[in-house]
Amino acid sequence: MIDMASTAPAGAFPALRALMPRLLIGLGIVSTALFIVTPLAVIFAQAFSHGFDVYMANILAPDTLHAIYLTVLVTVIVVPVNIAFGIAAAWAITKFDFAGKKLLLTLIEIPFSISPIVAGVTYILLYGAQGLLGPWLIGMELRIMFALPGIVLVTLFVTSPFVVRELVPLMQVQGSEQEEAAVTLGASGWQIFARVTLPNIRWALLYGAVLCSARAIGEFGAVSVVSGNIRGQTNTLPLQVELLYHDYNTVGAFAAASTLTLIAIIALIAKVAIEYRLGDQRAHS
Amino acid sequence: MPTASPAITPGATRVGAKRVLAKRVLPGFGLTMGCTMLYLGIIVLLPLAALLLKAGEVGPARFWQIISSPRAVAAFQITFAAAAIATVINAAYGLLMAWILVRYRFPGRRLLDALMDIPFALPTAVAGLALTALYASNGWFGSALEPAGIKVVYTIFGVALAMAFTSVPFVVRTVQPVLEDLDPQIEQASATLGAYPFTIFRRVVFPVIFPAYLSGCALAFARSLGEFGAVVFIAGNIPFQTEIAALLVYIRLEEFDYPAASAIAAVLLLSAFVILLATNVIQARLLRYKARSA
Amino acid sequence: MKRSLALAAALFLAATPFAAKPAIADEPAQILNVSYDIARELFAHINPVFAAHWKEETGGEVNIDQSHGGSSRQARAILEGLQADIVTFNQVTDVQILHDRGNLIPGDWQDRLPNNASPYYSLPAFLVRPGNPKDIRDWSDLVREGVQPVFPNPKTSGNARYTYLAAFAFALEEHDGDEEKAREFVGNLLANVPVFDTGGRAATTTFVERGIGDVLITFEAEVNNIAREYGDRGFEIVVPSLSVRAEFPVSLVDAVVDRRGTRDVATAYLDFLYGEEGQTILAEFAYRVHHPQTRERFADQFPEVRLIEVDEVFGGWAQATEEHFADGAILDQIFVNR
Repeated sequence: MIDMASTAPAGAFPALRALMPRLLIGLGIVSTALFIVTPLAVIFAQAFSHGFDVYMANILAPDTLHAIYLTVLVTVIVVPVNIAFGIAAAWAITKFDFAGKKLLLTLIEIPFSISPIVAGVTYILLYGAQGLLGPWLIGMELRIMFALPGIVLVTLFVTSPFVVRELVPLMQVQGSEQEEAAVTLGASGWQIFARVTLPNIRWALLYGAVLCSARAIGEFGAVSVVSGNIRGQTNTLPLQVELLYHDYNTVGAFAAASTLTLIAIIALIAKVAIEYRLGDQRAHS
Repeated sequence: MPTASPAITPGATRVGAKRVLAKRVLPGFGLTMGCTMLYLGIIVLLPLAALLLKAGEVGPARFWQIISSPRAVAAFQITFAAAAIATVINAAYGLLMAWILVRYRFPGRRLLDALMDIPFALPTAVAGLALTALYASNGWFGSALEPAGIKVVYTIFGVALAMAFTSVPFVVRTVQPVLEDLDPQIEQASATLGAYPFTIFRRVVFPVIFPAYLSGCALAFARSLGEFGAVVFIAGNIPFQTEIAALLVYIRLEEFDYPAASAIAAVLLLSAFVILLATNVIQARLLRYKARSA
Repeated sequence: MKRSLALAAALFLAATPFAAKPAIADEPAQILNVSYDIARELFAHINPVFAAHWKEETGGEVNIDQSHGGSSRQARAILEGLQADIVTFNQVTDVQILHDRGNLIPGDWQDRLPNNASPYYSLPAFLVRPGNPKDIRDWSDLVREGVQPVFPNPKTSGNARYTYLAAFAFALEEHDGDEEKAREFVGNLLANVPVFDTGGRAATTTFVERGIGDVLITFEAEVNNIAREYGDRGFEIVVPSLSVRAEFPVSLVDAVVDRRGTRDVATAYLDFLYGEEGQTILAEFAYRVHHPQTRERFADQFPEVRLIEVDEVFGGWAQATEEHFADGAILDQIFVNR
């Protein structure tokens, strides 16, 4: 503002600077409203098309409640495992040089690109009764497919890249100088991680965990192949949505789908709360 | 920050020396690498090996015949074209959203932030149904667009739209953390020096976020290649027009033809693999360049 | 390094729950009915009635679990280890594959129960828009210019395979068995279809919710359920002059019932489907049944129609699959090269 008159281009510049954020924010809000909010509106409109009572009756149906329980259970198992894996992999990739690093990173990303149904089928090809390990598993009386372990395994597969993918770009940009400094000061590995690395990556870690949870909650294709679709037992919430849809219970199907949205939103509110507290800490320190 | 400045690091005067030092000094290589390889092996590589083994069962001649049939080739073309359109949409939208979510404070920002992850939490079929309902000729958007001559459902644009929706979080969430880590003071400094906002973005911000941005786009593209659940509702599934490769895989599975399904899936898998590997190589180059020039 | 690997392994194993639960011989019998995707409501109605019936007969308790999904997908799951005591499918081929690929049932499974092991049947029929504005009465009306039929992709939906065969059989009769003409007829029919959904339910959505097409072709039972479900929309049911008998085959999965000791209750369950109580529930869901008294009671719900059998016109499902639906067979030829 002060040097407004000093150079020629700066004359038009403050006006543009003032306008730019508003333009961008407006564009972002409008495009999000069209692109993401309207499909959600359709889902909620359908879910409530017969009134709130019918909506609640559908949500509280025992099969739907069990499906919600199973979905949450799977997510609660999957996310911590993937956080541990994500941190380990990101540490190995960004803190050390080794041959085949890019290959490793690519292999980690591969589950993103696999059609979920194919992902499910690959597990069947491995653990199914006619799969590579099938006869051995039957001999051991181990039941993996069409039960909780199968659902957990494919969900792990589908969500495994998320945390790594969030951490690697950030840790690459941050470099290793701080950790190296900590080493020269005599800190142990765990101390370095907890005191130096973790505070630096907590946001990315949080994003990774949230994305991982969202995907674990919503996964349908892969789970549908390995779950066996037994209602009240191995039906996750997305599978329950499909089942209700096939029953011409459109309200029930969209009510269940809206529950998924609600679970996601609750998870996201939790995220915002964590952000808020962490932000507070940062402000105080 | 709890640690001292990196100036204490003894003998690390040159970048090259620092890199070697990093390898030796930081602990945990064996543990993290062991964990990574073990987990990756069991969760990802073993099942994929089973898939490729199955695809290999048919023999090279039949494999080629399956993947080079006119219908399969058309399906691959449609899939790649639609995934490319979807990636362009997400590249623009994702960058915009990441930018405004990190840089600006405005009412409703947290809600907007929360909405970014919703496409993952919705089962893809529900997303497909909702999008089709919106853009069908009797839907909210379709009834406005179709008189204007724009047809979305049952065209390749519908396919691209479904792919774009299901891969929204990739670009946003890959760019966001890096952007958050970037010190706004550098930009403010450039601004005080009289640089245009766009120039600042291009010269100061973009080079830093580019590696993450690139990988976000590549991931969105790779994910779009395999998307099935959302697409089949909006595609119309007419051979040679809107039939995607993942649907062909599904058809082969319905015929109990695992090897043929695996063969088509393997082509998608290898394409994605090549794209992701290329991205990672480029990214490594960029980072090395950055490290040297720093 | 070694220690690290061991630690990593321990971490991983601790994190992966291998909940292998051995089947305990509990007091109430437990059976799993693996079925097709749209039959959840149907069996949800049948199961409690059977459980009461079983208690009356034997004094024992029985719980029936239900699994629903695309019939071929369900068959694949059973082959890969899903512990189904009973299958109730809408595709003969999906039961047959349990013998062919897994030897889970004997080859003569269709002779073990009456009516080719199909306690009920249905047929492809039409659902048209209110007042039947395009005046659609029979298969020949579907190839007229400007008529858009809606049915799913015959490659992914068993339902649509029946539609395809019915149209083919109709054309064969029209043209005195000229297969070339029949191919052309079905080719024209497929060319009129605006959207190929992957399943019957999605095709219904396309027709009802999206307002696409003039006539929806699906099983008569479905047509009735849709007309009832969307009663306010005024859709009308049209049954063509000729159609194909769509069987809904059932079977025990011998390998499973013998291992789990559930053969008695599973057999009773299948017999129940043939009995009056079971047949009544089936007829209420608009499936055609064999039980004479039940047929009579629901007679006005089911118009007369000439039904042809897949076995007679197409030489059975194995041959029909090979000649029409396999990769590169007639369907691919007329579907793709048009």
